[in-house]
Amino acid sequence: MFVGAVFFPLLGATLAGFFGRWLGDRLSMWVSVGCMVLAAICGVSAFVEVGLHSAPRVVTIAEWIDVGGLSVDWALRYDTLSAMMVGMVTFISTFIHLYSVGYMSHDETPPRFFAYLGLFTFAMLMLVTADNLVQLFFGWEGVGLASYLLIGYWYDRESANRASMKAFIVNRVGDLFFMLGMALTFWTFGALTFGDIFARVEEMRGATFAGLPALEVISVLLFLGACGKSAQLGLHTWLPDAMEGPTPVSALIHAATMVTAGVFLLARMSPIFEYAPNALTLVTIVGASTAFFAATVGCVQNDIKRIIAYSTCSQLGYMFFAIGVGAYQSAVFHLFTHAFFKALLFLSAGSVIHAMSDEQDIRKMGGIWTKIPITYAVMWIGSLALAGIPFFAGYYSKDMILESAFAAHTGTGMYAFAMGLIAAFLTAFYSWRLLILTFHGAPRADRHVMEHVHESPAVMLIPLLVLAVGALFTGAAFYELFVGHHEGEFWNGAIYTAEHNHVLHAAHSVPEWVPLAPTVIAVAGIALAYLFYMFAPSIPARLAQTFPGIHRFLLHKWYFDELYDAVFVRPFRMLAQLFWKVGDATIIDGLPNGIAAVTSDAARGVARFQTGRVANYAFTMIAGLVVFVSVIFLGFTR
Amino acid sequence: MNAAGFPLLSLLTFLPLAGAVAILCIRGDEATVASNARWTALWTSLIVFVLSLILWFRFDPRVADAQFVEQLAWLPDFGVNYHMGVDGISVLFVLLSTLLTPICILASWEGVQHRVREYMIAFLVLETMMVGMFCALDLIIFYVFFEGVLIPMFLIIGVWGGQRRVYAAFKFFLYTLLGSVLMLLAILALWFRAGTTDIAGLMDVPVPANWQYWMFLAFFASFAVKVPMWPVHTWLPDAHVEAPTAGSVILAGVLLKMGGYGFLRFSIPLFPEASAFFAPLMFALSVVAVIYTSIIAFAQDDMKKLIAYSSVAHMGIVTIGLFTFNQQGISGAIFQMLSHGVVSGALFLCVGVLYDRVHSREIARYGGVAKIMPAFALVFMLFTMASVALPGTAGFPGEFLVITGAWRSSGWVALGAGMGMILGAAYMLWLYRRVIFSRITKNEVKGLLDLSPRELAIFAPLILLTLWMGLYPSSFTNVWEVSVAALIERHEAALSVPRLAGL
Repeated sequence: MFVGAVFFPLLGATLAGFFGRWLGDRLSMWVSVGCMVLAAICGVSAFVEVGLHSAPRVVTIAEWIDVGGLSVDWALRYDTLSAMMVGMVTFISTFIHLYSVGYMSHDETPPRFFAYLGLFTFAMLMLVTADNLVQLFFGWEGVGLASYLLIGYWYDRESANRASMKAFIVNRVGDLFFMLGMALTFWTFGALTFGDIFARVEEMRGATFAGLPALEVISVLLFLGACGKSAQLGLHTWLPDAMEGPTPVSALIHAATMVTAGVFLLARMSPIFEYAPNALTLVTIVGASTAFFAATVGCVQNDIKRIIAYSTCSQLGYMFFAIGVGAYQSAVFHLFTHAFFKALLFLSAGSVIHAMSDEQDIRKMGGIWTKIPITYAVMWIGSLALAGIPFFAGYYSKDMILESAFAAHTGTGMYAFAMGLIAAFLTAFYSWRLLILTFHGAPRADRHVMEHVHESPAVMLIPLLVLAVGALFTGAAFYELFVGHHEGEFWNGAIYTAEHNHVLHAAHSVPEWVPLAPTVIAVAGIALAYLFYMFAPSIPARLAQTFPGIHRFLLHKWYFDELYDAVFVRPFRMLAQLFWKVGDATIIDGLPNGIAAVTSDAARGVARFQTGRVANYAFTMIAGLVVFVSVIFLGFTR
Repeated sequence: MNAAGFPLLSLLTFLPLAGAVAILCIRGDEATVASNARWTALWTSLIVFVLSLILWFRFDPRVADAQFVEQLAWLPDFGVNYHMGVDGISVLFVLLSTLLTPICILASWEGVQHRVREYMIAFLVLETMMVGMFCALDLIIFYVFFEGVLIPMFLIIGVWGGQRRVYAAFKFFLYTLLGSVLMLLAILALWFRAGTTDIAGLMDVPVPANWQYWMFLAFFASFAVKVPMWPVHTWLPDAHVEAPTAGSVILAGVLLKMGGYGFLRFSIPLFPEASAFFAPLMFALSVVAVIYTSIIAFAQDDMKKLIAYSSVAHMGIVTIGLFTFNQQGISGAIFQMLSHGVVSGALFLCVGVLYDRVHSREIARYGGVAKIMPAFALVFMLFTMASVALPGTAGFPGEFLVITGAWRSSGWVALGAGMGMILGAAYMLWLYRRVIFSRITKNEVKGLLDLSPRELAIFAPLILLTLWMGLYPSSFTNVWEVSVAALIERHEAALSVPRLAGL
């Protein structure tokens, strides 16, 4: 069961990838769905056994690396945190596989797509069940590879190739810090296995590296690693571009699983972060800023998937600042509920795109809600959950995060709280902007497209409905377990809270206006969206005209891409030419080539003496003799 | 006698030479000679490979000293003997050489059409030299083989190479020879002092500190060129570009390792203080190599040149690891050498597959290959990922261990080594994208055929090895763990003596 949950997706990927040619498109699709169903059964029962019946365990598979005290195994660690992730990932991934059967039915090479999906799920499962940092890194890079392949799935599109490369390289920047974090962890703790690291945290609290507390440095390095994968401010640029991949990919990778890896890492390493207060402060600031930044950009984008991508980025910011204030449980809770409603939003966006003949620009949609009512309904549910409207899943987790930030009673905590509130307002605003522009108003697509608007087939609708149920109820159902008064028993030590950390407890007793505020603000955001896009559609255009600078700033996503292009990409290309043409070809090669040239010139000069005439030789000899004899005589006479 | 019960190492070393002699005796018209030469060479190298597997099975990893030892008096008056043996550090390099040779012969099956007999002879002689070099336990024997490698390689580049082959061959030869001459002087000096050139014997005669620095530099001159380290790396891209595919494979796969192996076998144990003294210099040169050549690789338009520059960067990781003087760093360096031997060899073979079809190494001539050569695209992807050190492939354990080991010396060195992770991903994916992805626009690409059974047979062992090294690296690191531990112990002991004296 424990092994099956992780390895069934790999089996499915292998079958679809290598035997797809013989199985045929349809069969290989269903084979991988079948493998995912098995994995989900294993995964959910593992969650029930480990999470609900408190039986953590480690399943060792084989030895991996063992060099001079640095020894790590291939092992699956099942505690509540990883079991919960396994259950969630296998469950959601199964429905995304199912959805893809419909969505990719017109594609040329569906077996390849399913092989990538299976590979991705496998890598994510290896990541969450890792028993040591190195195996976590295996999964970490594995999801990087799979997402590279999936984003660039349509490899004959230049934009897809560009986006996939960007995703891999930007992720690599984070991975470098992860690697360095591992190195320092090893030299600090003498081990990379979680159990051994955590056992020695107390003893190593005083350890220093280059004059700085080692735990702080480790935490910062790992956090920078997490920034890459979880698209935090600065390393977020790959995520919106990743929407070049097929929509199920966006749902799986860029919503429910891969981007949550960073949050998972920080929660997993909570025993170290708990003793790194400065690192946590940094996490809070970056997380809160990301939440705000992404929400502002989301308000002006026009690509339906891009808007949702920025909302993912923003929600990840929430999770990070929750961790920053010490409320790991709230962060993981939001990760869990977010996975459901974000997958739902992406898949319903996919359903819209499918209906609109692959149109993604919301300016060219509108007036289709009667034609695709089920998609419309589930999209509402997803948006309500995202905006944190009471009793939907997002309400419980987002409120919890904001309450935790407030309850932290620190300057950065309040900054996070304020940013979180603003972001909540903007989230509601852009979600309804998207809903209204996509579904309401007069149709803006051409007649040809409008004629073809149709509801998706059952194989796509069933996943939507299941995820909608998740977006409705996961919040209420799991609130008590994840962040309630008895969370300690549920987590069973999988998430560590130091004795000085009472944030979660305090979050339950904040002033009454705090839990109310997000709801009120979200409703205000919705109202504003209705005003702008339903009742007075001229306002947004006029606003954009009145404040062209701000509008352009947001439209260009705060100019991050342009900045990186100017600071990194272009100098890099120039440097490459410079090093090659000047450094290597002129300077380094110049020396030996120069010597060679001098040698051959000299040889040619000397060769001129070889005239072949005896008289010349005789003359030279005599001249030489004269000089020689004179020297001797001069020497004697002196 | 040794564990095999017969002089296995000599057999491994000289059997290829016997094969070469056999090929020399073939008579008949050109086609028969070519075909017979191919088959003789293939069978010889395969037999050598199978024999070398005995080394793998019978090698005892718990012993740090040399095994399968053979010793014959050669010039006893001068203290020079024929002394062969392998320890944990060298044994896998022997296997790497014997594995890559049949692969190279198979890879040139159709690509080489003129002077086939001489080509095959060159390769077998090359194998003799490589195996002998890794087995030699006497400095003079080592030097003979070390230099001997140059001759067949020089011919392979100069005769069967591309358009600028003569320039490249001479550049290769002169660069490496110049370094070696200085090493020869140092070897003479060592012999002069100790009266023997036996490596084990030399260890017992510590070299005075003021000599060490000069001798280290002399050996450094030779090994740094071979590795190659920055700034003496420029012969490598030219040599690679002009060499035939199989030549590149051996060059990247084995010949570059001779430098790293030399540092490990001679420089570090013989000159411990100088090694420690020059370690910062080595780090600096290596970090520059990693970053500088990675950046250059990005600008290349020629596939082979790009991979050649990437080799320099990867070998930079190796030299960082060697001079960390800890178990992780040195093990990582050895692992990186082996994995680079497999992976870069495979990458050159991938280029060869395309070159055989289109006869161009220019990246711009390709694009969209994935559509018509899916199996090739998959194989290429695997080796690309191994080259960027994706965990689970051969590239990862070495790089990870070196970075971990380097962190001990300095966080900055580790950061510099790690920069290769980002830059490597940039140039490899950029290469992959331009060759394999995007739409097919070139007519000559449209008609390409996917991998033939022969090509699959060439790649199969390399694929297997790449995954094996990535998933179960302990089976390799175990082999040299004890030898490396002994090396480090000796190094630390040697360093602590003058310190104690100083107290």
